[in-house]
Amino acid sequence: MKIIKNIGSYFLMLLKVFGKFTKWNVLKSLIFKDIEVLIIGSLGIVSVISFFVGGVVAIQTALNLTNPLIPRNLIGYATRQSIILEFAPTFMSIIMAGKVGSYITSSIGTMRVTEQIDALEVMGINTYNYLIFPKIIALLLYPFVITFSMFLGILGGYIASVSGGLCSSAVFIEGVQIDFIPFHIQYAFIKTTLFSFLLATIPAFHGYYLKGGALQVGKASTVSFVWTSVVIILANFIITQLILA
Amino acid sequence: MIKVNSIYKLFDRTTVLKNISAEFEKGKTNLIIGQSGSGKTVLLKCLLGLHTPEKGKIFFDNNSLTDMKEKERRKLRQEMGIVFQGSALFDSMSVEENIMFPMKMFTNKNDDEILDRANEVIKRVNLTNSNDKMPSELSGGMQKRVAIARAIVMNPKFLFCDEPNSGLDPKTSILIDNLINEITKEYNITTVINTHDMNSVMEIGENIIFLQNGIKEWEGSNQDIFKTENKSFIDFVYSSEILKKARKALKNK
Repeated sequence: MKIIKNIGSYFLMLLKVFGKFTKWNVLKSLIFKDIEVLIIGSLGIVSVISFFVGGVVAIQTALNLTNPLIPRNLIGYATRQSIILEFAPTFMSIIMAGKVGSYITSSIGTMRVTEQIDALEVMGINTYNYLIFPKIIALLLYPFVITFSMFLGILGGYIASVSGGLCSSAVFIEGVQIDFIPFHIQYAFIKTTLFSFLLATIPAFHGYYLKGGALQVGKASTVSFVWTSVVIILANFIITQLILA
Repeated sequence: MIKVNSIYKLFDRTTVLKNISAEFEKGKTNLIIGQSGSGKTVLLKCLLGLHTPEKGKIFFDNNSLTDMKEKERRKLRQEMGIVFQGSALFDSMSVEENIMFPMKMFTNKNDDEILDRANEVIKRVNLTNSNDKMPSELSGGMQKRVAIARAIVMNPKFLFCDEPNSGLDPKTSILIDNLINEITKEYNITTVINTHDMNSVMEIGENIIFLQNGIKEWEGSNQDIFKTENKSFIDFVYSSEILKKARKALKNK
């Protein structure tokens, strides 16, 4: 019953987010601030993880190519497909649920327990719009982060393969280009855009409706990470069924 | 003026406020006092519109808060200033930004005009040279001053203070009480203060209502405190045996 109540509250919250809008001048500065924290602030961790995971995917593929009949360009092909279809859009989103999601829950949750949200409400501000809408807009830039992740993942695979002597540069690049379906990029971007909305709103929900003190802020961050990850995985399954199956 | 007319508030079938009626007058410091859990914060939140009473009505200058539409309620809230117990300063903003925030949200003034007004209220609450400090760099008393400055920057008609002295030493508490009292007279506003600090009650309590277990037990001014015979109120005010004996001695004189 509690889950159904929470789902209902989540959708009611979304309605209120698009209710009375905050003054544009204020909203603009909040959006830029959130872009800086949520998008630019995530580029570092995204770069490191993407680069090394791309490298590991290439090494794992190469090590499993024991049959001499299978061409070595499969290393580049497998790296590209893994990174573009799943790693960058889905698994990077789960990592972001930990980084960005926890930040959103704890920042809004702290504002709740220190009565800052009450102060905004008493001023007559639509706190849903003021606190959550800028995060939704800022995270619309999330597909650019994923593009970055895709590029670095494949680059990581290339460097690991070539420097490790797993295949030549030309063979890896040939694998990356082989049977390329441009629609897969669109599919990844469609997923990412939906995930960005989930990344902004689910953690915001857990922060906004938080009750208690500092301990509950920590607990809410953990719960929000779990729920955001679960919903992303479920949404990934549904979207993949609808678009690719 | 704020008029509270027979309000009831329930939480999970527990009645937290029972048939509360009161009048909070303009230009006066009105105090809601009582022990922890007596319902004073709930009453304050009802006045602020953060809680809706199950029964009864609240009037702000004869306009019923309970019957107001959301738009009218937002307009009314712009006429309110509030000082929260923990100050509730926006911790990502400096002192100056905190104070300028309501003006940026609700006025069409240019940046210079907003800054001038912010400096004016900063000076009024004796906080000069702190404009660029962050709330975390301020002492409790200074945070309260910033909260008061933010509450009065829009020239509100109604000022609400929830435990303005909590966490402050007695000397700073008196300074904050006097500041609120001076501002009430200067701006001729209706001030409602939620407190259990007896120093505040004696210093600035022009109109006091005493709550116990969600019921209004007593009403009067700081001048009436020594004359009252209300047992619950006497027990609250003279909570220690020494004070009770002192009262008895004063009465016998």
